[in-house]
Amino acid sequence: MYQTTYHRPSSVDEAASLFTKGSDAKYLAGGHTLIPVMKQRLASPSDVIDLGKIKELVGIEPTGDGIMIKAATTHHDVASSETVQKALPALAYLASLIGDPAVRHRGTIGGSLANNDPAADYPAAVLALGATVKTNKRSISADDFFKGLFSTALDDGEIITAVSFPVQAKAGYAKFNHPASRFALTGVFVAKTPAGDVRVAATGASQDGVMRVPAIEAALKANWSAAALDNVKISADGLMNDIHGTSDYRANLIKVMAQRAVTAAG
Amino acid sequence: MGVEGIGASVVRKEDRRFITGKGRYVDDIKLVGMTHAHFIRSPHAHAKIKSIDTSAAMEMPGVVGVLTGQQIVDDKIGNLICGWAITSKDGTGMKMGAWPAMAPETVRFVGQAVAVVIAETKNQARDAAEAVVVNYEELPAVPDIRAAIKPGAPQLHPEAPGNVIYDWTIGDEAATDAAFKSAANIVSLDITNNRLVPNAMEPRAAIAEYNEPEEHFTLYTTSQNPHVARLVLSAFYNIAQEHKLRVVAPDVGGGFGSKIFIYPEEMVALWASKKVGRPVKWTGDRTEAFLTDAHGRDHLTKAEMAFDKDNKVTGLRVKTYANLGGYMSLFSSSVPTYLYATLLSGQYNIPNIFAEVISVYTNTVPVDAYRGAGRPEASFVVERLMETAARQLNVDPAELRKKNFITQFPHQTPVIMAYDIGDFHASLDAAMKAIDYAGFPARQAKAKSEGKLRGLGVSCYIEACGIAPSKAVGSLGAGVGLWESAEVRVNPVGTIEVLTGSHSHGQGHETTFCQLIAERLGVPISQVQIVHGDTDKVQFGMGTYGSRSAAVGLTAILKAMEKVEAKAKKIAAHQLEASENDIVIENGEFKVAGTDKSLALPMVALAAYTAHNLPDGMEPGLKEGAFYDPTNFTFPAGAYICEMEVDAGTGKSTFVNFVAADDFGRLINPMIVEGQVHGGLAQGIGQALLEGAVYDSSGQLVTASFMDYTMPRADDLPSFKLSHTTTLCPGNPLGVKGCGEAGAIGASAAVINAITDAIGNNKLEMPATPDRVWHAIHGNA
Repeated sequence: MYQTTYHRPSSVDEAASLFTKGSDAKYLAGGHTLIPVMKQRLASPSDVIDLGKIKELVGIEPTGDGIMIKAATTHHDVASSETVQKALPALAYLASLIGDPAVRHRGTIGGSLANNDPAADYPAAVLALGATVKTNKRSISADDFFKGLFSTALDDGEIITAVSFPVQAKAGYAKFNHPASRFALTGVFVAKTPAGDVRVAATGASQDGVMRVPAIEAALKANWSAAALDNVKISADGLMNDIHGTSDYRANLIKVMAQRAVTAAG
Repeated sequence: MGVEGIGASVVRKEDRRFITGKGRYVDDIKLVGMTHAHFIRSPHAHAKIKSIDTSAAMEMPGVVGVLTGQQIVDDKIGNLICGWAITSKDGTGMKMGAWPAMAPETVRFVGQAVAVVIAETKNQARDAAEAVVVNYEELPAVPDIRAAIKPGAPQLHPEAPGNVIYDWTIGDEAATDAAFKSAANIVSLDITNNRLVPNAMEPRAAIAEYNEPEEHFTLYTTSQNPHVARLVLSAFYNIAQEHKLRVVAPDVGGGFGSKIFIYPEEMVALWASKKVGRPVKWTGDRTEAFLTDAHGRDHLTKAEMAFDKDNKVTGLRVKTYANLGGYMSLFSSSVPTYLYATLLSGQYNIPNIFAEVISVYTNTVPVDAYRGAGRPEASFVVERLMETAARQLNVDPAELRKKNFITQFPHQTPVIMAYDIGDFHASLDAAMKAIDYAGFPARQAKAKSEGKLRGLGVSCYIEACGIAPSKAVGSLGAGVGLWESAEVRVNPVGTIEVLTGSHSHGQGHETTFCQLIAERLGVPISQVQIVHGDTDKVQFGMGTYGSRSAAVGLTAILKAMEKVEAKAKKIAAHQLEASENDIVIENGEFKVAGTDKSLALPMVALAAYTAHNLPDGMEPGLKEGAFYDPTNFTFPAGAYICEMEVDAGTGKSTFVNFVAADDFGRLINPMIVEGQVHGGLAQGIGQALLEGAVYDSSGQLVTASFMDYTMPRADDLPSFKLSHTTTLCPGNPLGVKGCGEAGAIGASAAVINAITDAIGNNKLEMPATPDRVWHAIHGNA
């Protein structure tokens, strides 16, 4: 690790102000991505600004039509939250599948979304649930937030403060583990709004990161059942192809995991 | 047996320090004035070094020295050796290219060291390493066997035309060909035995200290065999004389074979400690472990089995290409030859066997012994062929095996090995019973009705352990004898120290070896200390590998114990005024049989050391040594059966059951044996389902971290059902055979046999990832 300056601000404003003062500052949330690359000397931020101790960034609150999870809330806290389990059990379930207990007690929802790893779990939920990402500057809809591999709509220095999830008529997540990393080799989140709209997002599959799956959305809107997807064809074009999964295998997983997510959603 | 004697599941003495974080590993050791080394490693798989500029690095803060491969050559430090000479079928010796500890001119794998920075702190060494400028001229790389043997392939070493190190054969080719000509049925398979990364929990590390006035070196290192390290470092590398080099292997966190070998980093640390006049420490990180620890396996094989009309095996023909990497590691040559092809008879009476093994250089890290070393590859060939034959001949796989089992012992195979004893029917019957073999068709049908694919796979393995009779291995090209040594010291107060040439790096010797003493003398194991791993303390010994420590190392201790007991009985008889023949040892006391006269061990020991009243002419003291050279290999064997369910939608395989019935001869500590089997099975299953080292076409290691290299985790594995059948090994007085490698040898074939049975497609390579299994099911690979 190279020399860096560590900061522990107590408010979002202080964090944002520190960021502008650093020549090449980075925010630190759970640290599961940033710290390993710093240790490997692949990242050398001048300043590391720890968001994990900012009280206003931690917590889960019910809202009128859903729940709001503040950005520095850990995966463990989401998975074990009665509020989440009641309002959006599929989201609590998804959080329970991330990494291992050590990861879940450190990693945060805001960190995961800001990093936008193409195989992370949370992006699938945020996109399928039509969530809203709140920052210290604005609100960004899920459809506008994800911009490809490790890329988001966040401006330089912008801090995610919370994510708002609307409740659904039905929602389910099914994940097929990457054998080595236990990220999603492919994970599919399916959701049906009280108004009957269907949104489906797949993570781990596309070369461009999390994506909607229109063919599955259409089939499920017509008939919310696993069987409705039997004849859906998913193209392997643009899907990741590596030693753990060929693109045609991942195309198959999108369909199979979507079916299992629908079954889980009931 | 006593409560702590042979056969008792005594809790491991050493675990208290391990599980409380009080172990003392190389990285825990800090010497006064210690500096830190960081190696500059090649980013290219194959390249010429045009220049190395160390001037800027030398000016960096804290830098004590920057040393290069050319300086290693200039100081006449010897090239790394290979300790087993293999002769090709044309009578020529193996074609070995030079391997300097740091490359002066050419690099042949990603991660090969070209220079080292020595600095006051680890971070300063790393900072300065970034300032070393190495100019490379890239050469075309040969990343795997197929590329290596292609006509016109880039050449790695001028000594090895066509990248072939040797083309070696064993068995009777003409007789085997004749058996195939007259065969009623022939079964053939193309097999890839996947390359594995050992990944011991503790990465390799070394600390070297040079005492200038004494011209004496001390090396602390992660070694399975510190004496062999000292021998090789002194006899071949021109770094230190043997009596001026102390090698200490303290607590070592796993080896699995990968810490047998003397690596460049240890050589450089020693050499550099003298150059810079300060102790030098190097601790590898996980990336260095992936890139530079000797890998395992990596074979391409075509195998054929001939059967007569009664389904008796009449012949086995095998052609294997083995990847030895960019250089020949210490025992690399022997692994795909004498540790592999000699086990191709399996548990079967096969009258004709012929095998050809062609070992090749590739631009990858060297490949050498890894848990099982050659025997997992052999067992996989034989057991995949047997299962394939049963399917092709439409007979029950267990019945086909039973029909061909060896039942008369000793049994001379056509490939050197003379099996001393075994009962293959007993272990297969035990495994079949444990898994309810007869009930499988009903379970399979039920699973099918629920939309699941279920399969059963059998694997009957045999291995040659207790390595090895020195004369036998010497005649086959080994550069060392493979006996073991022991010294038993009874202290004046009656406590006991056992000095062993074996080395424990997870095996539990500090408990099992004590159990022998408890058995013999009836003393609690708390009165016994096992001393190992330090060449200043322990007499020359050969170390631990090849499941040898019980069969060879413990037998050496027994031999020393017998001498101690004989002398102690003489002393006791003298003191008790009885005949030495009437003395019996019970519960730590020397008793005159049939009387109430006795003398406790501490009193006997005290008498030996005060020497006030010893038999005439007897030397004082109570300490004896022994060397034990086995008369034969030992032959652990067993049967594993695995039942798996495959999810056709995802290709994911899930264990329903895994049973193991092993014959290890006498068990010293059944709990430790169970742990050894669990670990071996995990590695065998890891090879079958999860692990595989992959180099891309340019020779970059794609699987260079745990994000891409799938290490087995607890939830990847089933709860194993273990059992034992026992035939006592006649080759050693304890009747033990060895248990360290069995699981890794037998498990992978059972798993692949089960999955291929479930999916109805026999073409499936390891690791059988969900992706591969799904493609095998759906046929669109």
